[in-house]
Amino acid sequence: MLTDAEWQIVELSLRVSLVAVLVTLPIAFALAWVSARTRIRGKILLDALVHLPLVIPPVVTGWLLLILLGPGGAIGAWLDRVLGIQFVFRWTGAALASGVMALPLMVRAMRLSIEAVDRRLEQASRTLGAGRWRTFFRVTVPLCLPGIVAGSVLGFARSIGEFGATITFVSNVPGQTQTLPLAIYSALQVPGREGFATRLAIFSIILSLLALLVSEWLVRRGSREGGIV
Amino acid sequence: MFDLALTRRLGERTVELAFASDDRVTGLVGVSGAGKTSVLNMIAGILRPDSGHVAVAGRTLFDAARAIDLPPEQRRCGYVFQDNRLFPHMSVRGNLTYGSGARAGGGYRADLPEITALLGLEPLLDRGPRTLSGGEAKRVAIGRALLSQPDFLLLDEPLTSIDPARRESILDAIDRIRSEVGLPMLLVSHRADEVERVASRIVRMAG
Repeated sequence: MLTDAEWQIVELSLRVSLVAVLVTLPIAFALAWVSARTRIRGKILLDALVHLPLVIPPVVTGWLLLILLGPGGAIGAWLDRVLGIQFVFRWTGAALASGVMALPLMVRAMRLSIEAVDRRLEQASRTLGAGRWRTFFRVTVPLCLPGIVAGSVLGFARSIGEFGATITFVSNVPGQTQTLPLAIYSALQVPGREGFATRLAIFSIILSLLALLVSEWLVRRGSREGGIV
Repeated sequence: MFDLALTRRLGERTVELAFASDDRVTGLVGVSGAGKTSVLNMIAGILRPDSGHVAVAGRTLFDAARAIDLPPEQRRCGYVFQDNRLFPHMSVRGNLTYGSGARAGGGYRADLPEITALLGLEPLLDRGPRTLSGGEAKRVAIGRALLSQPDFLLLDEPLTSIDPARRESILDAIDRIRSEVGLPMLLVSHRADEVERVASRIVRMAG
């Protein structure tokens, strides 16, 4: 199986991906909600911005993050000065880059599930005495839960595989930002480390495959359960 | 019991209805497309009338002139939808108890054993809504509305899409609510003969 050093890389990858998904989750749900249920001005622009990481090269996303959140960046300098938060060369920066890359996938899955919620059920809930919030938590959220979970799993799989934005934004620092893909890439640059790269590659394939299978299963279960009864 | 005057424009046509009824069970009859469901939605607070007023059992729920427009959850209205709208992610028991305790204050109070006995729901409690027949789902929907501490009931085509053999059980349930519970009811149907058995007053809506 894996050596201690390899486990350390796996542990870092899991930590980066889990934190990325957990922090992105409420943001993605809020954006999905705005996209599915509101008619605000500039929604098309907001949608385009959210989907940008999906269509531009990941290296460009990483570079934009560096410009904005790097030590000399507009937001990064302020965060460092006022709150003492730094991202560059840190695992938190890797999580941020992964979160940004996962965001469009998560928003898409969640938006579809919000759109699929039958609003007549929400009306029924209101006539039964439940206010907006009670209806939201007891009817809407449970009904789009498969989409929320599927989006999170997809985001997790995307984060596990994240390379371009991470290496550009927070570099390739062992123990801090060297996640699975970066460690595999580094190993392939050095002759004789193919075994190490192979083991990590197999592990990352298994992780991502598992995540995708879980996501697929949840989506199928969700589509079976939707609709009026 | 019911005092309504409602106007609402829906696309090319206008839904209009005005009547006052002191009868406990009022039937609202009209051809399909006459706007009967829209009227119920306006009473329940799901659809906003363009003008008019809605008062039930002496309580004003909507009055355009006085800018009164209670949200659906404050109207204390037990609405039995034509398509039942049972929550698919909850058991029958979960559906029945969903509205109990949600409202503060008045309304008809009944507990779960009382309603399950009244409507014969005991054997269904742990089943999922998807496994119910049309008649069973309708009785659950009626029970759910009764358990939400309502001041009145709205029943939208309660006999449509129920096979003839089961219609009797739904009519029996409505009959028992009328005689044992005594809540004001507005019963909508496209067939006058269906409502004549239980309603003491019939209001006709032009198509």
